[in-house]
Amino acid sequence: MVATLQLNDVGVRYGRQEVLSGVTTPVMKGGEVTAVIGPNAAGKSSLFRRIAGLLAGPGEIAIGGVSSCGVCYMPQDTSVNTVLTVYESVLLARKQGGHHRVRDDDLESVDEVLADLRIESIAFRGLCELSGGQRQLVSLAQTLVREPQILLLDEPTSALDLHRQVEVLSLIRSLSRKRQMCVVLAVHDLNQVLRVADRVLVIDGGTMVRCGPAEAVITPDLLRDIYKVDGRIERCSRLCAQVIIDGPAAH
Amino acid sequence: MAHAASVAARPGRGTYRALVHRKKLLLLALGIVLVLSVIADLGLGPARYSMREVVLALAGSEEVSNQVRVVIWDIRMPVALMAVVVGAALSAAGAQMQTILNNPLASPFTLGISAAASFGASLALVFGVGLLPFAIEYVVSINALLMAMGAALFIHLMSQRRGVTVETIVLLGITLVFTFNALLALVQFLASEQALAAVVFWTMGSLTRATWPKLAITTAILAVALPLFFRRAWALTALRLGEDKAASFGVNVRRLRLETMLIVSVLAAVPVAFVGTIGFVGLVGPHIARMMIGEDQRFFLPASALAGAAMLSLTSVISKSLIPGSIIPIGIITALVGVPFLFSLIMTNRRRAW
Repeated sequence: MVATLQLNDVGVRYGRQEVLSGVTTPVMKGGEVTAVIGPNAAGKSSLFRRIAGLLAGPGEIAIGGVSSCGVCYMPQDTSVNTVLTVYESVLLARKQGGHHRVRDDDLESVDEVLADLRIESIAFRGLCELSGGQRQLVSLAQTLVREPQILLLDEPTSALDLHRQVEVLSLIRSLSRKRQMCVVLAVHDLNQVLRVADRVLVIDGGTMVRCGPAEAVITPDLLRDIYKVDGRIERCSRLCAQVIIDGPAAH
Repeated sequence: MAHAASVAARPGRGTYRALVHRKKLLLLALGIVLVLSVIADLGLGPARYSMREVVLALAGSEEVSNQVRVVIWDIRMPVALMAVVVGAALSAAGAQMQTILNNPLASPFTLGISAAASFGASLALVFGVGLLPFAIEYVVSINALLMAMGAALFIHLMSQRRGVTVETIVLLGITLVFTFNALLALVQFLASEQALAAVVFWTMGSLTRATWPKLAITTAILAVALPLFFRRAWALTALRLGEDKAASFGVNVRRLRLETMLIVSVLAAVPVAFVGTIGFVGLVGPHIARMMIGEDQRFFLPASALAGAAMLSLTSVISKSLIPGSIIPIGIITALVGVPFLFSLIMTNRRRAW
C-alpha cells in the first residue's frame, strides 16, 4: 500500500498566537518529493513539527498506508552535546520501538545507510566532535535508517557544500522512488528545488500562498513577490531549469 | 551473493562489536574493583583482619574464630553492603537526572534533593514532627524521604514549563539548596544542644546507621528501579540527541521524563533518608561512567551504578583508615576523594565528556 499524506487547512498555534494557518495540499503520494519553500521565519519549521505531531493546531493531517512508526522527521537543529558515537546514534535510531537486543540485521542497516551517505569514515567519532555538515549527514542517517514511509526533512542540506547537497538530494530523490517514500523537505536553494521536487509548497508570513508543480510555482513573479528579488528561470538542460538572480527587486 | 560479501566486509559492524566487548570488560573490571573494595572494607575496623581471614569468614570456614565471623557478618557486613547499594542508588539516580534534564550538573545533591531530605530529617530530630504520624520508628527517614521526593517533583514540574532552559533548572536547584539550608539553619538555631548534635551528625552522612532492614529496603528499591531504567534504555539514550530528535523517533518524551523522575526521586531519596547527606557520588559516579564507557544506557547505567558503589565502598575504606580507631563520617570523605579523582579524569581524558 502506497503511503499518502494530505493537509487540510492545517495551522499551528503557540498559546493564543497563530503562527501558521490555512495549509492545504493535494494528496502527496509515496515516490513523490514535495519541497516547502519560503523566506526565513515564514512558518516552515512549524509546519514540519505540526505534521510530525510535535505541535498542536487546527486542521486535519490525513496519513494513509503507513505503519505506526512510518513517519520520520529530521529537525533543522542538529546540535548535540553527547559522547555517543555516530554509529551508536544511528543504531539507537534504528532500535526505537523495536526489540531490545541488537541483531545482525540492525547492524547491517546501519552499515548500509552510513555507506549510502558516505560517512563510514566518521562512524566511530563522537557526535560532538563533528562539523555542522557532518552532523547534518548523521542526522539524515538516523532518519533514513528507520526506513520511513513518510519522510519530513527540515533543511537537510543547509550546512553541506555544493557537491554534498547535490549528492544527498539525489539520494533522497532516488530513495523516494525506490522505497515508494513520500518526502517533504524544506530547502532554500531554488535550483535544488527545481532539480529534485515534483511539487512545491510556498509558505510566507504564516500562510500557504502557492502549491503546485515545481516549474509552475517557481517563476519570476514568485521571486519578486516572496523573495523581493528580480530574476528569471532558464532551462539549462533537458531535465531541469535554473534560477538566475539579477539583483534586489526594483521598487 | 556479491552484496552479502560486501556487507560482511564492511568494518562498521566488526568495530562496533569489538567496542561492545570492550565495554563489557570495563564493566567486569569495575565489578572486580567493587568486590575487592568490599572485602577490604570488611577487614577494616577497630580489629583489623587480613583479606584471607575475611574470605574464610565469608565462606563460613572453621579456620577463623566464631568472633571473627560474628564481627564480619553481623556488624560490618550491613555497613559494607549499605555503602554498595547507597553508592549505586545515588549514582544511578544522578545518571538519570543528568539524562532527562540534559544537564551535567544534575545530581541529588546539586538540585537540592539532599538538602530537602536534611530539612525533613531535622524536623523529626528537633521537634519530633513526623510527616506520616503513624510511622514512629522510621520518622526521621520518612520525613527525609517525603521532603526529598517533594523537591524532586518540584524540579520536574518546573522543568516542564515553557521557556525553562537547562541553566534555569540548575539555578532553580541552587535556590532549593539555599532555601532548605536556611530552613535547616533555622531549625538548628531553635534546637536544644542534644538535638543540634543529632542534626549535625545526620547531615554529615554516616553508614554506621545501616541495619539489615534498611539495607533490604534500599536494595529492593534499587532492584526494582534498575530494570525499569534498563527497559527504557534505548529511549533514554535517544534523549541525549535532543528532545525533538527523540520525539521524532516516536519516544513519548514527556511521559518518559515523568516516569524516570518519579523513579529517580525514590532512588535518590531513600538512601539519603537512611544514611544522611552523602554528596558528590550522584554527580561524580555518572561522569566517571560516561568517560569510561560512553552514553549508551545499556552500559552507562550499570557502569554508573558500579562506579558509584565502588566509589562509596572505597570511601568507606578510607574513612576507616585515616584516623586509626575512628570512623570519619563518610559524607565528609566522598567530596574530598571524589572531586580530585573526577578532576584528574577530566584533565587526562581527551574525549569531551559533556
